[in-house]
Amino acid sequence: MIPELGQLSLVLALCLATVQATLPLLGAAQGRADLMALARPAAAGQFVFVIAAFLILVQAFLVNDFSVLYVATNSNSALPVAYKVAAVWSAHEGSLLLWIAILSGWTFAVAAGSRHLPDVFASRVLGVLGIVSVGVMLFTLLTSNPFARLQPAAFEGNDLNPLLQDPALVMHPPILYAGYVGLAVPFGFAVAALLSAQLSQEWARWTRPWTIGAWIFLTIGIALGSWWAYYELGWGGWWFWDPVENASFMPWLAATALIHSLAVTERRGIFKSWTLLLAITAFSLSLLGTFLVRSGILISVHAFASDPARGLFILVLLSVISGGALILYAIRAHRMNQDGGFQPLSRESFLLLNNILLMLAAGLILIGTLYPLFVDALGMGKLSVGPPYFNLVFLLPTLPLVFLMGVGMHSFWRTMPKSVLVKRLKIPIILALLFGISFPLAVFGRATILTLVGCVAGMWVVAAAMLEPAQRLIKGDGSILKIRRSQWGMMVAHLGVGIFILGVTVTSSYSIETDQARAPGDSWELAGYQFVFRSTRDVIGPNYQAVEGEFEVRKDGRLLTVLTPQKRVYRVQQSPMTEAAIQSGLRQDIFIALGDSLGGGAWSLRVQYKPLIRFIWLGALIMALGGILAASDIRYRRQKQNQSQSSHDIDGSVAEII
Amino acid sequence: MSRYLIPLMILGVLAIFFARGLTLNPGYVPSPLIGKEAPSFKLPRLKDPSLTLGSEDMLGKLSLLNVWATWCVGCRQEHQYLNELAQNNVIPIYGLNWKDDRVAAVNWLNTLGDPYVASAFDGDGRVAIDWGVYGAPETFLIGQDGSVIYKHIAPLTNEIWEMEFLPLIQKHCQKFSCSSGDLE
Amino acid sequence: MTPRRQQRMVLIAIVFSGVAVSAGLALKAFQENLLFFFSPTQVEAGEAPDSRNFRLGGMVVPGSITRDTGSMTINFVVTDYAHSIPVQYTGVLPDLFGEGQGVVVRGQLGETNNFFAEEVLAKHDENYMPPEVAEALAQSEKAREL
Repeated sequence: MIPELGQLSLVLALCLATVQATLPLLGAAQGRADLMALARPAAAGQFVFVIAAFLILVQAFLVNDFSVLYVATNSNSALPVAYKVAAVWSAHEGSLLLWIAILSGWTFAVAAGSRHLPDVFASRVLGVLGIVSVGVMLFTLLTSNPFARLQPAAFEGNDLNPLLQDPALVMHPPILYAGYVGLAVPFGFAVAALLSAQLSQEWARWTRPWTIGAWIFLTIGIALGSWWAYYELGWGGWWFWDPVENASFMPWLAATALIHSLAVTERRGIFKSWTLLLAITAFSLSLLGTFLVRSGILISVHAFASDPARGLFILVLLSVISGGALILYAIRAHRMNQDGGFQPLSRESFLLLNNILLMLAAGLILIGTLYPLFVDALGMGKLSVGPPYFNLVFLLPTLPLVFLMGVGMHSFWRTMPKSVLVKRLKIPIILALLFGISFPLAVFGRATILTLVGCVAGMWVVAAAMLEPAQRLIKGDGSILKIRRSQWGMMVAHLGVGIFILGVTVTSSYSIETDQARAPGDSWELAGYQFVFRSTRDVIGPNYQAVEGEFEVRKDGRLLTVLTPQKRVYRVQQSPMTEAAIQSGLRQDIFIALGDSLGGGAWSLRVQYKPLIRFIWLGALIMALGGILAASDIRYRRQKQNQSQSSHDIDGSVAEII
Repeated sequence: MSRYLIPLMILGVLAIFFARGLTLNPGYVPSPLIGKEAPSFKLPRLKDPSLTLGSEDMLGKLSLLNVWATWCVGCRQEHQYLNELAQNNVIPIYGLNWKDDRVAAVNWLNTLGDPYVASAFDGDGRVAIDWGVYGAPETFLIGQDGSVIYKHIAPLTNEIWEMEFLPLIQKHCQKFSCSSGDLE
Repeated sequence: MTPRRQQRMVLIAIVFSGVAVSAGLALKAFQENLLFFFSPTQVEAGEAPDSRNFRLGGMVVPGSITRDTGSMTINFVVTDYAHSIPVQYTGVLPDLFGEGQGVVVRGQLGETNNFFAEEVLAKHDENYMPPEVAEALAQSEKAREL
């Protein structure tokens, strides 16, 4: 009875979303305030019913209602409570409901936070968001109903895939979806601007915090996924250029480019059509990612059960939403007036280059990801594109990008005299070269050219990012307090990038990864650490049985820790799973995983030394922190007090760096 | 104005390739077995291992071969419908118990009802491979001469039976004579 | 042409040449990193390259997995039920590797039609067969019927 209420709730939400998707847009076109006024209540109502449906599904999992097919397929009564909740979004149908829930959440936030926007504009934004909602809700109700019944009910569930029974997996999808789905908001703003055939600097100021918000979630979500893959998949790798990883990374690149493009539009009123295109592209890449993961068209560790019928629906959805927006773009974009020139050496110029390089990287990754599909579609065989291609193709645009990052940060708008630039950057360049070259050589004793380039690049970004605060701190006149939050945001975010680069460079260059055959009693040395394989024993968990190995890790004879990796067999699905043991620290990770039993008590082991690997995710977190600082800048919050008169272009009167 | 059309055209090209790619998915491609003689097999029966069930036993009448297992939730989903088909004597259904635990499988049938004339026990999955099975449930429609008429992947429902199987059965029976014992 | 236009052209030219160089390097990396997939039948027919990495997929023949006690090297046979290829692999195996399961390995052919695997690829779950493998098996089935 209750699951049917869930389905009903979703249907009601669909009805309200349909109202939200049609009448306000009609009202905006005809100038009818009564129709436009329906947008916010419809959005709020949709939110209430969607959340109700979602909570009903959660409840079905918590009470072990195995008469619901989706619950029976993905849960089990022995499953720990936290994973019962996580199981809600562990497979296709439930994760779609999560997608819808998050979209209605963002929509509600926009509805609530848009009171200072002109009604015509706000109605259009909410209308577009409504169209997306309607599309995905139809998809769910027609092809992927999570509330479908199983008659007769199962006695026990199929259990959650053991790979997914993990804390990071509890958080990864909701946060990632918050990012993916959040990109619908700038998309909505862009389409609304196209519908109104005007785009002001004010528009950019409205759009930017929403974009940064989605970007923050996407950054954290991707980092979580990478971290989880590292310790859960048992291989010590943290990025595989898997099609689904790429599907989340491409929107991130587009969103990053969008944030920077919005900065230019907000400040100088130019790059308008670029910004619009990026906003449409970012969300389209998001939808594309959804399509790739769920249609079965690409083979990947992440892919949900493939179903071409569903794939077709998503493809149609993608075509309608993105295609519609792009048609509008083709018709209206040329009307966006461009005024304001800039010199080749200027902040605008560097940001333009920045965006070109980011989208170039995204494009090359897209080609690599889709190429197997093209080849297959043309009947030319089955192939896959290996990681070395992606590594190279990402590195090529990224190196000049990293250099530009430091330069762009310190450039003036309109024109930047070369002499001033050189003078400002002298210190970061010297610091970068000094520390970038000496650090790897001093700590590790050897370095390749690529390693040195990477370390210098990372140090360069760190130094350039922190130059301003450091100089003001040294001056000691309190001027450091005058740095605006959005400036802090930029500097902290770029600092995060620098730390990320250092982590990637050092780990890629100096990791030691070994597969070894060892028996209890053996001892060996790796990367200056001494290991002793003490013993193995059998352990029993809530829903699994395991063999656990005990390993001593010593440095200079002193015992650091005892690591206990496990090889688990989950009872219901009878599937084996490796649970690696990691001694983690800021400077390095020591990683041990049990491989296979080799007979005679011996085991194959994966023993790894991974220096500075935590910097990778730390860098991402710092980037996200920068985003939070930037999005919470006072000028976005001050909007609530100003009743804006629509098409005033605000020219930055304060000579500021941002 | 023309350069603003470029993104739309790129999307169009991609969409065409994706649509084509969808049709290439093995889920869509009809089994290459269709129209050919069903792969021969002989396996011990699930409930009574001293007896065998093989492709020879299915000759002489239209029948279904249903691939099932206790670990497969979709099988449980369609089980009710299979029971109905069996109760109404619509068509004989043979089971292929795939990579399953024998005791659990027998219990399953005892509890939920046994729609099968007999089930063959394919513990290591070799026979399923011969039949091109890569998921459960799958249902094959076999002709009187032992040829594979149709293969359906995913749980069997009344809609699928009426919209996919019945038309094929009717067409088949126009070409080959179907005795009254085969189907109405 | 105004100086500003000229500078813009220079900028664009630099960017384009950078892109061209990148594209060239990328294509090269591309070609070298395309991993084709072959079934045992195709390998047997000589369709697979001799001295390049490629992927081989099929079913692990039950009873074919052998390992010297204490050794990290295992031998097993991959088949599509028309032809079989012996495979040797040294290293840690993915969790879902086993007899009677679908598998995809990446490596090279040795001299005696042995396949030396550098990587053994995991499936995501018990009941999922990589589509390439399923299609290869179906193709071999088709061939056998003829």
